[in-house]
Amino acid sequence: MTASNPLKPSERMKIPRQEPLEQDPQERSTNFLEVSFGFDMDRTLVEAQRCLDCKTPYCIDGCPVGIDIPGFIRLVLEKDYVGAVRKIREANYLPAICGRVCPQETQCEEVCVLAKKLTPVAIGKLERFVADYEMREKLFEAPVIKEHRDEKVAIVGSGPAGLTCAAELAQKGYRVTIFEALHATGGVLRYGIPEFRLPKEILDLETERIKALRVEIYTNFVIGRTATIDELFDEWGFSAIFLATGAGTPTFMGIPGENLSGVYSANEFLTRVNLMGAYRFPDTDTPIRIGKEVAVIGGGNTAMDAVRTAKRLGAEKAYLIYRRSRQEMPARQEEIHHAEQEGIQLLLLTNPTRIIGDAHNWVSAIECQRMELGEPDESGRRKPVPVKGSEFVLEVQTIVEAIGQKPNPIIQSTTPGLTTSKRGTVVTDEMQKTSRPGIFAGGDLARGGATVILAMRDGKQASVAIHTYLADKRAAQLPSHL
Amino acid sequence: MFRIVRTDVLAPTVTRFEIEAPFIARKRKAGNFVMVRLDNQGERIPLTLADSNPASGTITLIVQAVGKTTKQLCAMKAGDSILDVVGPLGTPTPIAMHGTVVCVGGGVGTAELYPIARALKEAGNTVLSIVGARSHDLVILEPEMKAISDALYVTTDDGSYGKKGFVTDQLKDLLDTVPGIGAVFAIGPLPMMKAVSTLTRPYNVHTLVSLNTIMVDGTGMCGGCRVTINGAMKFACVDGPEFDGHSVDFDELMMRNRTYADLERVSDQKHACRLAGTTQESLR
Repeated sequence: MTASNPLKPSERMKIPRQEPLEQDPQERSTNFLEVSFGFDMDRTLVEAQRCLDCKTPYCIDGCPVGIDIPGFIRLVLEKDYVGAVRKIREANYLPAICGRVCPQETQCEEVCVLAKKLTPVAIGKLERFVADYEMREKLFEAPVIKEHRDEKVAIVGSGPAGLTCAAELAQKGYRVTIFEALHATGGVLRYGIPEFRLPKEILDLETERIKALRVEIYTNFVIGRTATIDELFDEWGFSAIFLATGAGTPTFMGIPGENLSGVYSANEFLTRVNLMGAYRFPDTDTPIRIGKEVAVIGGGNTAMDAVRTAKRLGAEKAYLIYRRSRQEMPARQEEIHHAEQEGIQLLLLTNPTRIIGDAHNWVSAIECQRMELGEPDESGRRKPVPVKGSEFVLEVQTIVEAIGQKPNPIIQSTTPGLTTSKRGTVVTDEMQKTSRPGIFAGGDLARGGATVILAMRDGKQASVAIHTYLADKRAAQLPSHL
Repeated sequence: MFRIVRTDVLAPTVTRFEIEAPFIARKRKAGNFVMVRLDNQGERIPLTLADSNPASGTITLIVQAVGKTTKQLCAMKAGDSILDVVGPLGTPTPIAMHGTVVCVGGGVGTAELYPIARALKEAGNTVLSIVGARSHDLVILEPEMKAISDALYVTTDDGSYGKKGFVTDQLKDLLDTVPGIGAVFAIGPLPMMKAVSTLTRPYNVHTLVSLNTIMVDGTGMCGGCRVTINGAMKFACVDGPEFDGHSVDFDELMMRNRTYADLERVSDQKHACRLAGTTQESLR
């Protein structure tokens, strides 16, 4: 028993994990409204009681940004929801986003003590509830900035890494400017993650909260083109720069037929829908083409987003083609589950070999071959090997390739002295420092394709490193007799 | 917001805009383009930068009203604002000393050619220019091109002005009669650039073309602009938009560019209806 939870641990362990409210699968597969409604207040209070408030809270170690999870849950039990979200915000400035898109099942919830024998506390859904509560009740107050500093810091990219780094540095009193290449902020949260998983309204509100910290945001500004990194230092007077431009360049499989009309990269497909609102065409001006039968290639979250989007755009059959088995799929379990509920057909151990076009150069089918799993490869996963003579043809009119992205090369190619890897990522040390003093990098630009929360972790780490770097610089500039 | 400070009608469907965009104006080089989005419902379209004035902080775009967005843009006036303009994008034209160069512009492509021809002239080249259009009223930038060319040839398909025929007829004349042509720069509709590239190939003259493709972001993100160059996949927005004309798979690109033809008509017609609707409402 604790002050906030009158139940004994044995009693807490008898409470079943609460299930979130969700839109009916049939209905939601035809609209872009949010799939999960999360917890209501009753479920939140019941679920919070399940937390054992462990002496050694493994969940905090499981969280890439180290949120005081038992601490915020205690506040939930006291019905101090705003206190709870403020507790989260001490470690993570974007709780409404993390509560929706974080893979809790492989982070905080995976290491929850209850997960060993029972089911873990639904930490993500609790986080989401308190964030949404604060939003709904309009109780947000920007943290007070205690000390203002003169140094200007530039953040390149307004995705999860950039927004987090901006929020952290602004709270430390720096003058922060974000440069965003697109016309709207959010990076992959805007162009990549669909409305039905992360409503744009939530993203807009979180962005407003960054602005409330007096962060300046330039959209329509491509660093490397509109101004270079060296110009930011020499002409704009920035003292440090955090690069967080993500992994925005699509890769293609390299099979015949990829340039036929009707073949999209996942980036193009999702950008048309999410950023440009093509699902409302012709009320919006950006079109998208969706066949009766659509195949999405890949097994990650992006592939899941694309195939579920295709279904919502009216595809009668939406296939997901993945060369390994379900076990190896990098997508979140929850997303795979949701996709199957919505009628997505998974074609596992299947690999496309060529795309077939019609007389007008339009996609008409995709040829695939069956695969079987062989020895583990360098990723530790069993390598898929083609089954001889297993080729078959699937009729489709739209194909989306979601086989991974790599970093955009514009900054690397216009910034002398910035070391990059063979994969095109910017090389950093564990503090997110790059090969050039004063330049830091993180998120997918440094990782090559990871999760929103790891990007946030990098943004936070970089903010600490930038703070240290600038403090050292300040100290070095002091006259030596002081 | 990006304010339009001046408009000039150059031809019945072609308008020149001067737009406040100081950051872009400072950095523009020949061959660069911008992505433009007019309003919140708008699509992002690529438009080549025809010129810029760093002192006044303005850029120049020359736009032909062909689809929904370009028609909407061409109806805008000085004082109006465009929601989003981003750039300068793309790899600038490599400007070198070739000796004698031929610059070939077809239709509104002449607007994209002009800054390149001017840069080539400033680099010390002898610039021979060919400007082609369907008819006299569609010939644009003749005085501007004349001012920076050592010789200017005008062709029209219908013979209503200059020499009757295609730009390739004039180009063939030059290739056959002028010694030492070091390079050809051709910008215009894809069939024209294809014809120019086919013509110059046996002469072994380096030929640069500027590809207009489907684009969403214009920064290398969507891959919609992918083109096949010498059998390899390239992105027009970052690797181009200019490529060696002898290496471009024009037929594939022409087919790709038709992907949304029918939907573009839907959008265009809806826009026309909306304009008509507004007029009726205002009459009530």
